[in-house]
Amino acid sequence: MTRSQHGIPATEVGTSEWAIRTTGLVKSFGGTRAVDALDLAVPAGGVYGFLGPNGAGKTTTIRMLATLLRPDSGTAEVFGHDVVADADAVRHRISLTGQFASIDEDLTGVENLVLQARLLGFSRRFARTRADELLDAFDLTDAAGKQVKGYSGGMKRRLDVAASIVVTPDLLFLDEPTTGLDPRSRNQVWEIVATLVEHGSTVLLTTQHMDEADRLADLIAVIDHGRVIAEGTPAQLKVSVAADSDAQPTLDDVFLALTGHPADKEFAL
Amino acid sequence: MTASLATGNLHDALSPIARQTLPGRLSTTGVFAWRALVKLRRVPEQMTDAIVLPVLFTLMFTYLFGSALSGSTGAYLHELLPGTLVFTALLVTVYTGLVLKTDLDRGVLDRFRSMPMWRPALIAGSLLGDAGRYLVSTTIVIGLGLLMGFRPAGGITGVLSGIALVLLFAYSLSWIWTTLALLVRTPATLTMASFLVQFPLTFMSNVFVDPATMPGWLRTFVEANPVSHLVTTERALMDGTATTGQVVGVLLAAAAVTAVFAPLTMYLYRSQR
Repeated sequence: MTRSQHGIPATEVGTSEWAIRTTGLVKSFGGTRAVDALDLAVPAGGVYGFLGPNGAGKTTTIRMLATLLRPDSGTAEVFGHDVVADADAVRHRISLTGQFASIDEDLTGVENLVLQARLLGFSRRFARTRADELLDAFDLTDAAGKQVKGYSGGMKRRLDVAASIVVTPDLLFLDEPTTGLDPRSRNQVWEIVATLVEHGSTVLLTTQHMDEADRLADLIAVIDHGRVIAEGTPAQLKVSVAADSDAQPTLDDVFLALTGHPADKEFAL
Repeated sequence: MTASLATGNLHDALSPIARQTLPGRLSTTGVFAWRALVKLRRVPEQMTDAIVLPVLFTLMFTYLFGSALSGSTGAYLHELLPGTLVFTALLVTVYTGLVLKTDLDRGVLDRFRSMPMWRPALIAGSLLGDAGRYLVSTTIVIGLGLLMGFRPAGGITGVLSGIALVLLFAYSLSWIWTTLALLVRTPATLTMASFLVQFPLTFMSNVFVDPATMPGWLRTFVEANPVSHLVTTERALMDGTATTGQVVGVLLAAAAVTAVFAPLTMYLYRSQR
């Protein structure tokens, strides 16, 4: 196939056992500490759930890990590379899909993917081939030539994810990938995440939906006011609150017990 | 299950793709220039102002005021057209800032900024692509002028060098708008700023009216206005009477603006949020 002719052998996964490590990470905006001495250790491989209400510091943390934002203090490493000192090495390993689909709405689906592929060094022809392949896999072939502006929420999200896997990333940040999606599109995004993990990628997923974390995540960190307040597998987290509760707890109960408020509040408290 | 994607295809699409050698600075800049040109085609609204306003001004001023100001519409058009060319180019440069601001607000740039690439490529490339926008509007102004009877003594060489100079000046000027785009909170602020700056600068110049008819205090301003200098040089180029000094003066001004605002833009871009 054409793909192997083009150069450098691919993605090395697992040169470090940790995909992400942070110690004492701090970021303030004005007087507010959005991220407050955050310690995080995310093993390579699998899905790590980042769970918390709006304003808990999830997005700020991801922006720091994705080299978009400079921490005020503390350190953060992605596959052993410091996000500040060694930002370019980090950028080689990661991919990002924003909470608000960060694709260009003025361009068509295929133009968005070709742009992405060209920036990653694909030849003109190979970029087009790769774009078509991804559009097909994400069920977007019919809309390939249409401006993204006219896409439905689910289509935009799928294109956004497609743009982030033009080259399979070692670490993918998925920031609230299913917010505002109908159940069908949500299932599709879940399927994509599962497939990515099968292929060896690590996925850091933020969500406010308990069922999503329960279903996808191997490990979950519950974050509130910029700190990790609990960490474990979904089962462990449920057990931790089971003592105070007579019924079978759900992750919703866990969340309520830990943070004192329900998870799916629309606005930050 | 109907909800399912073509799972087989998904697996194929995810099977390890060899990372390519990353493109160099020039190629990356080229990709972003391509993006700007595609956007120009996809968002024709961007061009409406750039086409409608100069056409409107050229027609309106020539036929409304031409005879009153210069004795005949033909004589006035001769003076007005090089001025409209400058006026148009100035007007269009703000879109470069608006596009950048929109990109920032929509989060389009976050993905690019999290990729391993030469960072200035995005802005340098977009500006390069935007030169296409300036070219379209200047061509329209010249075309309209020729239809209305504009016959520059400098001939084709004069007109082409006039266009080249105004493009170069517009390119340097657009760095001011990219700087502002990185500072303001909303695109509307940028539009407002452009009105506040561009209208006084273009109307209080020699674009529409001969400064000799103005009161002394205003004439002092008009004669110091860099827009007036550019317009005078444009007129001279199209008349075939431009001096090296005039052209070099404009080039130096363009270089000075770029030298200040290009690094400022890049500094602000790098330290975004």
